[in-house]
Amino acid sequence: MSTNHASRSAYLGRNLLSGCLLGLGFVAFIDEAVFHQLLHWHHFYDKSTPDIGLVSDGIFHAFSWFSTVAGAFLVSDLRRRNAWWPKRWFGGFLIGGGGFNLFDGTVQHKLMRIHQIRYNVEIAPYDWVWNILAAIMLIAGLIIVFRTGRESKVMEGTA
Amino acid sequence: MNHNHVHHASELPNELLLALPFVLAILIYLLLGLVSNQCHKQWPIYRYIFWVSGVLSAAVALIGPIADTAHINFTAHMVGHLFLGMLAPLLLVHAAPMTLLMRTLSVGHARKLSRVLKSFPVRIYCHPVVASILNIGGLWVLYTTELYSAMQHHVLLHMVVHFHVFLAGYLYTISIIYIDLTAHRYSFSLRAIVLILSLAAHGILSKYIYAYPPGGVPIEQAHMGGMIMYYGGDIIEICLIFLFCQQWYKAARPRTSVSISH
Repeated sequence: MSTNHASRSAYLGRNLLSGCLLGLGFVAFIDEAVFHQLLHWHHFYDKSTPDIGLVSDGIFHAFSWFSTVAGAFLVSDLRRRNAWWPKRWFGGFLIGGGGFNLFDGTVQHKLMRIHQIRYNVEIAPYDWVWNILAAIMLIAGLIIVFRTGRESKVMEGTA
Repeated sequence: MNHNHVHHASELPNELLLALPFVLAILIYLLLGLVSNQCHKQWPIYRYIFWVSGVLSAAVALIGPIADTAHINFTAHMVGHLFLGMLAPLLLVHAAPMTLLMRTLSVGHARKLSRVLKSFPVRIYCHPVVASILNIGGLWVLYTTELYSAMQHHVLLHMVVHFHVFLAGYLYTISIIYIDLTAHRYSFSLRAIVLILSLAAHGILSKYIYAYPPGGVPIEQAHMGGMIMYYGGDIIEICLIFLFCQQWYKAARPRTSVSISH
């Protein structure tokens, strides 16, 4: 077990990073699969999308594909190093997913006006639910990450 | 290139002539494989399969029903371009044609070829940044200027554009994932950044085409074509990303544990 703690502590950052990447990729996937393809709430392109929105949308789409695959390979790498720490990883997952959702719900939907969550309905309740859920995920993720960081220091102190 | 029924008699020899380069490409590769097998270990069967399917997927864009429809239909044009610019290069790179050529040539000739591959111009073209600008930048020029409608009216321009799309796609693929011989290698982080930005530029262009159809393209065809470019591109891009990350995974293998396990 001691080697496990040591390698976990050595790869604190990589655990966090792989969680963040997969969290972001997961949320982007849900967004595409559920809201675009199944519910048709979001639009591929709506006429109010400005050029800056297209750029932001494109970069996030490419990055979310990349981060999903890269995150999965990082987890495999941690496992072969016996350094995967699911708790810390999950903290990262919540930060990545919640952070992206909050950014999407505030900056991309409201500021850049890429698209709205739904059309032809009163949008405010949807926006509030979306962003509050995102904020809860983000805060929970941050708490877990701080706590695992402290735990790791304590482990190292006793080792 | 007038696809009229009046010209039906002259069409068949035309198609055969267009098919000739593809047939030659397959035959030459097979020949190189068989010749080099004489003094090296067997060239793997899967590489032949990659080569043949790569050549066929390029051919789909240039001869046959999709190519014919592409002259009048933007959706078909986009399907052809996915085959020519993305799928064909990915398959052909896996056939490792340069490695095969190197092992077939005599030592003297192989040295000359490797000098060419290491030369300044080749290295510039194979740089990830340059290759992706040629690839994605070329597509932006094609679909946001008059070039697209011009190419539908000039046979020579039509051929040049297709050749560029294929070649730029191939250069881009070999600059990002290293399967074949590569003269100069760049870091994973540089290639990851270039990969993400070029995929983003591809996605942005797809939606841009949806919003602002290229000259002479009806709006419904632009919508369909843009979505094919976006989602079809996604499928090939996820393969590229997977291969890229897999190469990182292999390269980052921890080596210290080997000495412990007897």
